[in-house]
Amino acid sequence: MTIFDFYIFDRNGTCLCYAEWNRKKQSGISKDEEYKLMYGMLFSIKSFVNRISPTDIKDGFLNFKTSKYMLHFYETPSGLKLIMNTDLGAGSMRDVLHQIYSTIYVEYVVKNPLCELDKPILSELFKSKLDEFIRSLPVFASKVS
Amino acid sequence: MAIYSVYIINKAGGLIYQYDHFTNRPEVEKTFSFPFEIVLKVFDEKVVVAFGERDGIKVGHTVLAINGKPVEGRYLQDGRDIMEFLASPENFPLDVKFGRPKLTTNEKIMLASMFHSLFAIGSQLSPDLRSSGIEVLETDTFKLHCHQTMTGVKFIVIADPKQAHIDVLLKKLYEVYTDFALKNPFYSLDMPIRCDLFDSNLQGAIEQSEKLGISNI
Repeated sequence: MTIFDFYIFDRNGTCLCYAEWNRKKQSGISKDEEYKLMYGMLFSIKSFVNRISPTDIKDGFLNFKTSKYMLHFYETPSGLKLIMNTDLGAGSMRDVLHQIYSTIYVEYVVKNPLCELDKPILSELFKSKLDEFIRSLPVFASKVS
Repeated sequence: MAIYSVYIINKAGGLIYQYDHFTNRPEVEKTFSFPFEIVLKVFDEKVVVAFGERDGIKVGHTVLAINGKPVEGRYLQDGRDIMEFLASPENFPLDVKFGRPKLTTNEKIMLASMFHSLFAIGSQLSPDLRSSGIEVLETDTFKLHCHQTMTGVKFIVIADPKQAHIDVLLKKLYEVYTDFALKNPFYSLDMPIRCDLFDSNLQGAIEQSEKLGISNI
């Protein structure tokens, strides 16, 4: 089990934070293009799920799986989107994403007067706390490869 | 526990088969007096709730029937515009039935090609080598399972999140497709499938899978 990478988007589609740990393949496009593609995909998935759902939905899209990875999605009521890519062994990461939001994002970005909420996060404290938290997760289990 | 619908998409992203198996779309009927307290708007030739959620009527629901008579798009059966009908006090009190809109064929075709692109983007954004596209997409109300064959045909099953053994069903649907569509001399490749034998075998496979899913819990 491992965690590949992590994204935070604000409600306008700006990538506020990106971090990677055991990512094995780059997408072959510039980072800016990749963020746009990722946000665009999530935006479309959300609208797709809303329309194709047979009944009324509450939380909406939670995660998807391919043959190699799993993408976990969590959106706060304010439109902040947290995305984490893990391998297939990880179960639901919804609680973990919520925890990142409530104990790291809110504590070290929202309560930091020097952080602008609609700009990429520059705070080193936030980045180190996030890194520390991810590395301490049981699913992170440093895989030697 | 249910299988909601099946989509088959050809290698170019075109919808070639669609079947709705089980739907319990929420419907709410309520009596209103003037003035009408729910804000409606016309969207995509349908009358949609824009504001004023109450008693199970949600934003995004459409008007399905007025006084027990089904509506046709944004018009009543006698051709009157629904928005104008609800604006005049002499028509009240009246019963309005709201519910989730049924997908039109056009919308189904659009959603199918939309998934085709999402599938491709999913594999491009992969953090790991040689990843496929989206195989399982989970939401709180349903799970979408997708199986892509070697030739690029996609079989999509939308089912209850707790329904098990969908992978078996997907393989079975592929088998039904090869046996009753591809081996049919009147079927041309990548075109919509219109064949009674295919329909009945596909329905049989779905019903069998539902039983299998239940007996294994």
